[in-house]
Amino acid sequence: MRTSLSYLSKKVAELQPSGIRRFFDLASTMEDVISLGVGEPDFVTPWNVIEASYHSLEKGYTAYTANAGMIELRRLIEEYLAEQFNVRYNAEDQILVTVGASQAIDLSIRALIDPGDEVIIAEPCFVAYAPIVSLAGGIPVPVDAHAENAFRLQPEQLEAAVTNRTKAVLICSPNNPTGAVLRTEELIGIAAVVENHDLIVISDEIYAELTYDEGYTSLASLEQLKERTLLVSGFSKAFAMTGWRLGYVAGPSEWIQAMLKIHQYTMMCASTMAQHGAIEALKNGRESMLAMKKSYKQRRNFIVNSLNDLGLECHRPGGAFYVFPSVKSTGLTSEAFAEKLLQEEHVAVVPGHVFGKSGEGYIRCSYATSLKQLDEAIKRIQRFLQRL
Amino acid sequence: MVEQLDIDLLDLLEKNGRMSLDMIAKTLDISEDEASQRIKKLEQKNAILGYSAIANWSKVLDYEGVTAMIDVKVTPTRGAGFDKIAERIYRFPEVKAVYLMSGAYDLSVSIQGKTMSDIGRFVSEKLSTLESVISTTTHFILKKYKHDGVIFDPDDDDKRIVVSP
Repeated sequence: MRTSLSYLSKKVAELQPSGIRRFFDLASTMEDVISLGVGEPDFVTPWNVIEASYHSLEKGYTAYTANAGMIELRRLIEEYLAEQFNVRYNAEDQILVTVGASQAIDLSIRALIDPGDEVIIAEPCFVAYAPIVSLAGGIPVPVDAHAENAFRLQPEQLEAAVTNRTKAVLICSPNNPTGAVLRTEELIGIAAVVENHDLIVISDEIYAELTYDEGYTSLASLEQLKERTLLVSGFSKAFAMTGWRLGYVAGPSEWIQAMLKIHQYTMMCASTMAQHGAIEALKNGRESMLAMKKSYKQRRNFIVNSLNDLGLECHRPGGAFYVFPSVKSTGLTSEAFAEKLLQEEHVAVVPGHVFGKSGEGYIRCSYATSLKQLDEAIKRIQRFLQRL
Repeated sequence: MVEQLDIDLLDLLEKNGRMSLDMIAKTLDISEDEASQRIKKLEQKNAILGYSAIANWSKVLDYEGVTAMIDVKVTPTRGAGFDKIAERIYRFPEVKAVYLMSGAYDLSVSIQGKTMSDIGRFVSEKLSTLESVISTTTHFILKKYKHDGVIFDPDDDDKRIVVSP
């Protein structure tokens, strides 16, 4: 008899577990941990959304919905995207409701990538992109966004990474883990590279609502990219609905219909009760969302100012709810810094290298936690730095 | 913009009157000097009337107090409308709040006392005997769930996993 391991598909056997896992295991064993390691809002979903979902259950809406999602929800998404981000999609055939934005990315890659195709991924980035590409047989090609550009990918860097096997570019702005928001002129530069080389773009805009400074431009709103872009987003971050697992993807009809084919065989549809909640979020959730956004902005200011005061150099990120300070001044690697900080002061952060090579020397701190907790975390980090 | 900063400052202090100057400054991205000057100005123009704790008295074992809301119907007086009679009521130190209401009655009076008979005495001896008071209806508060936007006994455990991507 062979070992159980030897039966695994080669693809899966070769897949590396996420570097975040180790910190999770370590932090879970401790009490009194202040976690700046959480990639989701600290707010509970707005009450009207929860109530709407309750109500749908009471009324007996417990069956499947259309594969693409309830048409009422898709129409609301259509309106919302047009109003807030100036992108126009048709609810009938250009919008697909998914189980979180993660599934939307998975479907995008599976529908568009053949084995051997290269997908350029702007790093540091969300840990799932490269594995999703690999599982589809594609080849992830990381391009490092640099600290001196405040972690915004520059068009020249993209140009330099293109080969004749490049098929797609995967970009996330506002970015997890750096909080960087690409500027309009950078998006235009990126669009030119994409057009010149006949590429396509998967634009992860899950944090699009959470930008705090100058206006935000959706990559998909650039006319020249309209037919080349899949816009991925969802309800998790803006509406504090991570556990509901509800996202969506919008793009050219032929692509969305191809993704729908995979979706109908592998998922049927997104959760019905979550879709009812999402309808309420889009109809009446804006005020709650803006209140949360205001809190995030204040916390961002607090943590950026505090970390810089402590000598952990940190650019001021324009969006999401992460800051990405440098720990190079301590002489420690990201991993050593994060592990020592957790062991000694019970503050959990995520070492930057798990988000890509260029994240080495940095840590990700989430400020989706109360000011009181942030204040305590800063005090502990200060104590920690003084001992080093 | 300047106005907005004052609003944000009040907003922070209303949620946490004990927030340090350092934290206020960092949060609003201004200097500590500016923060302290703005607070002073807000205090001077009575935009900040005072600082207090939100007490949950039921957590103090030997504290026994009762609060009642009293609906009061009154006859407004010529020249002063409801203001005169409202003042005669809100001057009593045991009165915690007085609002002029639309609807079935005129004034809503919130009053705190040590015992129910304390409050009974106030209503029968002081409130009802005022000339313009036509009638009163007294409701005792049995339990506080939420007060001034604050949930009492909240379930505020962090339900998230400690580290996630």
